[in-house]
Amino acid sequence: MSTPTEQSFQLAQRQLLRLATAGSVDDGKSTLVGRLLHDCKAILADQIAHVQTVSAARGGDFDFALLTDGLRAEREQGITIDVAYRYFATDKRSFILADCPGHVQYTRNTVTGASTADVVIILVDARHGVLEQTRRHLAVAGLLRVPHVVLAVNKIDLVGYDEAVFTGIAKDVNEVADQLGIADVHAIPVSALVGDNVVERSAQTSWYDGPTLLEYLENANGRTDTSQQPLRFPVQYVIRPQTDDEYRDYRGYTGTVASGTVSVGDPVIVLPAGRRTSVAGIDKAVVTATSTTVAERPSAVAGEAVTVRLADDIDVARGSVIVAAEASPGTRRELAATVCWLSDRPLTVGARLLIKHTTTTAQAIVTKITGALDVTSAGTLSVVPATGLELNDIGKVQLKVAAPLAADPYSSNAITGSFLLIDAHDGWTLAAGMIDDEEGELL
Amino acid sequence: MTAVLESPEAKLNTTTVTELDALESESIFVFREVAAEFERPVILFSGGKDSIVMLHLARKAFAPAGVPFSLLHVDTGHNFPEVLDYRDATVNALGLRLEVASVEEYIADGRLRERSDGTRNPLQTIPLLDAINGHRFDAVFGGGRRDEERARAKERIFSLRDEFGQWDPRNQRPELWSLYNGKHRPGEHVRVFPLSNWTELDVWNYIEREQIPLPSIYYAHERDVFERDGMLLGVGPYSQPRDGEVVSNRVVRYRTVGDMSCTGAVASTAKSAAEVVIEVAASELTERGATRADDRVSEAAMEDRKREGYF
Repeated sequence: MSTPTEQSFQLAQRQLLRLATAGSVDDGKSTLVGRLLHDCKAILADQIAHVQTVSAARGGDFDFALLTDGLRAEREQGITIDVAYRYFATDKRSFILADCPGHVQYTRNTVTGASTADVVIILVDARHGVLEQTRRHLAVAGLLRVPHVVLAVNKIDLVGYDEAVFTGIAKDVNEVADQLGIADVHAIPVSALVGDNVVERSAQTSWYDGPTLLEYLENANGRTDTSQQPLRFPVQYVIRPQTDDEYRDYRGYTGTVASGTVSVGDPVIVLPAGRRTSVAGIDKAVVTATSTTVAERPSAVAGEAVTVRLADDIDVARGSVIVAAEASPGTRRELAATVCWLSDRPLTVGARLLIKHTTTTAQAIVTKITGALDVTSAGTLSVVPATGLELNDIGKVQLKVAAPLAADPYSSNAITGSFLLIDAHDGWTLAAGMIDDEEGELL
Repeated sequence: MTAVLESPEAKLNTTTVTELDALESESIFVFREVAAEFERPVILFSGGKDSIVMLHLARKAFAPAGVPFSLLHVDTGHNFPEVLDYRDATVNALGLRLEVASVEEYIADGRLRERSDGTRNPLQTIPLLDAINGHRFDAVFGGGRRDEERARAKERIFSLRDEFGQWDPRNQRPELWSLYNGKHRPGEHVRVFPLSNWTELDVWNYIEREQIPLPSIYYAHERDVFERDGMLLGVGPYSQPRDGEVVSNRVVRYRTVGDMSCTGAVASTAKSAAEVVIEVAASELTERGATRADDRVSEAAMEDRKREGYF
């Protein structure tokens, strides 16, 4: 066993990988997740005992799905209703897994899981091939620009480990993926129930020489490193201690670097006002049992939560975005965007909503609905005209916003390019939005 | 005014953010969102390790200013004295404001009745909800982690509660990217879980890295214990051996800290956070499985409590 210091050091060097699963009902998703956790030894003795007891009480064999289906209703109905998050680690890295529901009614939860994922695992039942839900999930992964997609062709044992079935499904999926601009789809033949190619290599698929699912996950690149992109720093909260000590005149702007690198001395622009200044200091907290101070850092990169001080005393508040002076996105009040509609209440033209974009929440009006993605028909995806959007629809809209937003296209920045649409009356999250490129490339 | 940080981490100057740093930044982001968007947030603080780590992260989020929230403790009346001492010392040292909701008072005046099994964890829900309503708290930070328990694995980071404090797990708001939606109607509130993505091992690695002091019972000590339902219960005013249960003096520590009547100790020789890290990494039981009688009641005990408004 390694010493504590070695362990902590290893931990400090490893990168988290966030993954999400997607598939249709009964594709065996929860079984795959249960198998992955079990074979990674991430299920502990009391959890196994619990599943054994419940499985036995129902008169069945050990049911892997019970490891993740945690809600009463899920167990009663044998389906996954909401995203379950699971945590496991191998010697190589740690994983956060979002096990998402397959039922079309719960697609919004798949969007939730995929929005933070580095890898989406899309399951297809080898006996059924590509279904409507497969196309919808691929569209979600493509629109959200999840960096890697793994196609797990499951229940390969039930088609006699037939290579032709596997390559046929992989080809169908690749055709859809190409249309969506998904660059990296890796197909793996698996049987979650038996364990083929999940953690252990299968002796039955000698025609497949790629990695097992776990090998793939252990070696996949994590989050896209955005530290080389232009600086975007949405201000969350202003710190002014106003205490009677060395921090009496302290004024710091807190936030998490959304992209790029911020360094002391950098020329920056504060949006939406457009004022030019420079970075006077970057602070990180130093907290002991009794004292709360800050220490200065020369720079901070994308993903770090820091506090930035500016050289000039200008108006900066929550909602301001500090950007690289040489690469400002400017601001806009009109957006063309692709949205995943997540609510039972349909969207119609003229709807008044709230938009939440980085740290700004403002009123918005839907001025146009340009079309919706048709995922129901086999073969190529197409955009059909639409006058409204309903639950689980993926559509293209235009919005007018009451406040200027420092926004980028989603394709160049997932944080400054994404937004929520919110019901102003009851606060429900209605849609996930992604700001289109000028060309409006996706649809 | 400020000194350049001369720690080894700073010198590594890597361009990617490592695991613990990523979790820390994610939690700090959540604290700042809540401070900016809610009027009356409160941190649930029990003196347990998760709430201690939560407070540490909150302090980091607002340094060099103080934490802009008060603390709330739902005191079952069966708490470990070491934990209450730690709670009070922390509140005093940091000049924080602490509200206490007392289960004991509710029992004394008849608003709650003692359960036949003597445990008080489930009784915390009503005093908690009354305190939230009474103080008009609109955001309530809890130290719950998704890796703890299967119902908690389904939680959002911002989790809406209706005016009765109820959780509806079948109808949760989608939570996308890091765009947390804190909108709620009058009477509703939002439970916020900044440690959602931390595991028990992450918490201990962080306690070690940050050198965060904890109540002494988290580390190995001698205690008179007896075995019940496969757990080691300490002999004390709220947990006495029944006939046939043998008391012995063992070297133990607590993996979780809750109501003394239903929280078990584990045999352990770990005397420091570093040693606990090794022990937790090798453990074959989950922390709740090893130490909590209240989760063993039924297949969905935690879900049922959470639906009613529990932590």
